[in-house]
Amino acid sequence: MSTFQIIEESTVYDAVVVGSGAGGGMAGYILANAGLKVLMLEAGPFFDPAKDALQMRWPWESPRRGASTTRHFGDFDAAFGGWQLEGEPYTHEKGTEFDWFRSRMLGGRTNHWGRISLRMGPDDFKPKDGLTDEWPITYDEVKPFYDRIDRMIGIYGTVEGIHNEPDGIYLKPPKPRLNELYIRKAGQKAGVPVIAGRGSVLTEALPGNKDRGICFYCGQCNRSCKVYGDFSSSSCLVIPAMKTGNLTVIDNAMVREVLTNDEGLATGVSYVNTKDMKEYSVKGKTVILGASACESARLMLNSKSASHPGGIGNSSGLVGKYLHDSTGAGLGGFLPQLLDRKRYNEDGVGSVHIYSPWWQGDKKLDFARGYHIEYWGGMGMPSFGSFHGIQNYNHLVPKADGTSSESGGYGAALKQDYKRFYGASVGMDGRGTAIARKENYCEIDPNKVDKFGIPVLKFNYKWSNEEVLQAKHMMETFQEIMHNMGAIITSAIPGADTKYGLETPGKIIHEGGTTRMGNDPKTSVLNKWGQAHDCKNLYVVDAGPFVQQGDKNLTWTILALSMRTSEYILQEKNKLNS
Amino acid sequence: MNRRDSLKALGLIAAGSAAVLSTNSCDSKTGNSTATVDTNDKLPGVQDFEYERTKKLQEEVYFDNHEMATIAVLADIIIPKDDNSPSATEVGVPDFIEFIVKDLPTYKLPMRGGLKWLDIHAQKRFKNVFIKCSDQEMISIVDEIAYPKKAKPEVSQGVSFFNTMRDLTASGYYTTKEGITEMGYVGNRPGVWTGVPEDIWKVHGFASNEG
Repeated sequence: MSTFQIIEESTVYDAVVVGSGAGGGMAGYILANAGLKVLMLEAGPFFDPAKDALQMRWPWESPRRGASTTRHFGDFDAAFGGWQLEGEPYTHEKGTEFDWFRSRMLGGRTNHWGRISLRMGPDDFKPKDGLTDEWPITYDEVKPFYDRIDRMIGIYGTVEGIHNEPDGIYLKPPKPRLNELYIRKAGQKAGVPVIAGRGSVLTEALPGNKDRGICFYCGQCNRSCKVYGDFSSSSCLVIPAMKTGNLTVIDNAMVREVLTNDEGLATGVSYVNTKDMKEYSVKGKTVILGASACESARLMLNSKSASHPGGIGNSSGLVGKYLHDSTGAGLGGFLPQLLDRKRYNEDGVGSVHIYSPWWQGDKKLDFARGYHIEYWGGMGMPSFGSFHGIQNYNHLVPKADGTSSESGGYGAALKQDYKRFYGASVGMDGRGTAIARKENYCEIDPNKVDKFGIPVLKFNYKWSNEEVLQAKHMMETFQEIMHNMGAIITSAIPGADTKYGLETPGKIIHEGGTTRMGNDPKTSVLNKWGQAHDCKNLYVVDAGPFVQQGDKNLTWTILALSMRTSEYILQEKNKLNS
Repeated sequence: MNRRDSLKALGLIAAGSAAVLSTNSCDSKTGNSTATVDTNDKLPGVQDFEYERTKKLQEEVYFDNHEMATIAVLADIIIPKDDNSPSATEVGVPDFIEFIVKDLPTYKLPMRGGLKWLDIHAQKRFKNVFIKCSDQEMISIVDEIAYPKKAKPEVSQGVSFFNTMRDLTASGYYTTKEGITEMGYVGNRPGVWTGVPEDIWKVHGFASNEG
């Protein structure tokens, strides 16, 4: 580059939204539908599930037969990105760990997510144990937004009346699969409730919506849905919002900084076009960050000016702090009673058919809070790796004729064993509350930049005993459920030396807390509307504002809070105009 | 949009996806073996770098002719033809293995080294490389390494290699149209899931499809 030029766009948008996932998508949708002129910047390419989903593709249509070589969740999965992006590194404080998953595409990670759509409960917003700070808002304040999201986007489930697992407005849930009938029975015996899943998949027509199709039960939500039968921000928010004529989307736009004026107010953002590497700046009356908890924190920390010397909105020094992911641990095996099972199509929906909400309330245990359980198993589409390692289990159960297989083998007997074990798999994963701690954070690495010259994040995250003991409890519960249904466990049962199988922080892809909300500007980054204490026209709408997530997957709450923040922005604008 | 509209939209959109709306798992009216499916076409939704990477890998050659011939013999020992389904080589498993070791290079060394181990072992026992041995000799070598629990410690590397070979053969086989038919997977087609069929939940002792 011989001359450096920033291409300035003269249009002043009512709002510039950074990121197009659940948070950014909802903000764009609400504001564009209210008539505001909105510009949305997405770091990755445009993605429309109707055209770009690899849904219904067979394994032989992938040269690697679905292997996860370039996509962590398989060759057909709808996440462009992963744990590592070429030329966009992140680093760690020595002795700490955090894995950061980034999807660079319109709709972000909502294209491939599990569609498990749980509300946080009253105790998640106002915890009774005093271990973490309260949110500045209550469940009752968020409930109307959850209700509207349910109606607008669609979710299946059952009304259960569980105190801290609030019910929504539900479409009919999918029926359980055979292994799930066994799981339900085994759970009951262990005192673990197993109820219908809660997923954002249209099992019925969504009243008032003509643009989205009904689920046709391919079980492939992670590939994103060509008929828009499940929730992706791309299909359900951004693309519909573009149809209003009020939302402009620029893709392949990696935002570098939030720009400010002398008063410290945001005036727009600068970005680099990742295709031509040219620099641009755009103007907006309001700037809304929905780049993901860590990416928005990074952007704020990198936006330094005379009025914001520590990064925009960071007078508290808390941007990047209180980073927390969900806990995760799992166990797998097979059900001997499902060997040689009759074949039929049980693909079902691509979200969970059943799950176990946390069942111990606030009972005193040796760890804080709790976890929910997600289950898997059955006759899934064969893919690379589906049948690997048969030598570890084909000798464990005698055949129908009473003879036993040798471990491993080859030929006709092996072929028979592959078929015998197909569809008998069963397993479960816990997803639990990890405590938000100031000591767990991301910050700017002073020594490293990415390929765009943007300083990168350095992570500093350690699990505490709370999370480790929770994983121990998960393992005990999982073994009991497996035992109750007569399952044979084939995965290793992890012990204290491996933190009871507790996944590396970040691995559950539920990270939040980095720009937390609160009433006191000294102990929080945003106010209760998601508005920066230090910069009145800067908002954050991803999982950054979470004070403390519950064991509930966070997308439904991101959507509800983003809707709430967006309507606050509209109210504030109306006040100015009136 | 009702379900019929959904399916219509899907059918139109996914017209390029073979047999997507076929209702019969045994339906193979195209008559094409999956071994000949052209994965060179760039599907919508495949990223440019993925497409370029795949194309480059497909142009590279890793295994030599002798190695490929050995892989073919082993693949058909692992998954032979029977009355209902073809053998591994008939559905192109060796070509898949050639591709996948380039795609997932951690397989390269264990496969190349394992094939060499096999030839050396065959040479020691029968004075021939593996594929030049008689059928009976080959099977006697395979019997030494195919059963991890009873294999002798001195052939443990051979056991590891055979485990890898078995895995890759199964992955290559059961992801073809023929392999999926043989396995009996009947999903990946539009429909309505109404729960476990009645004959099934009854056999399993449940009171209804709700358990």
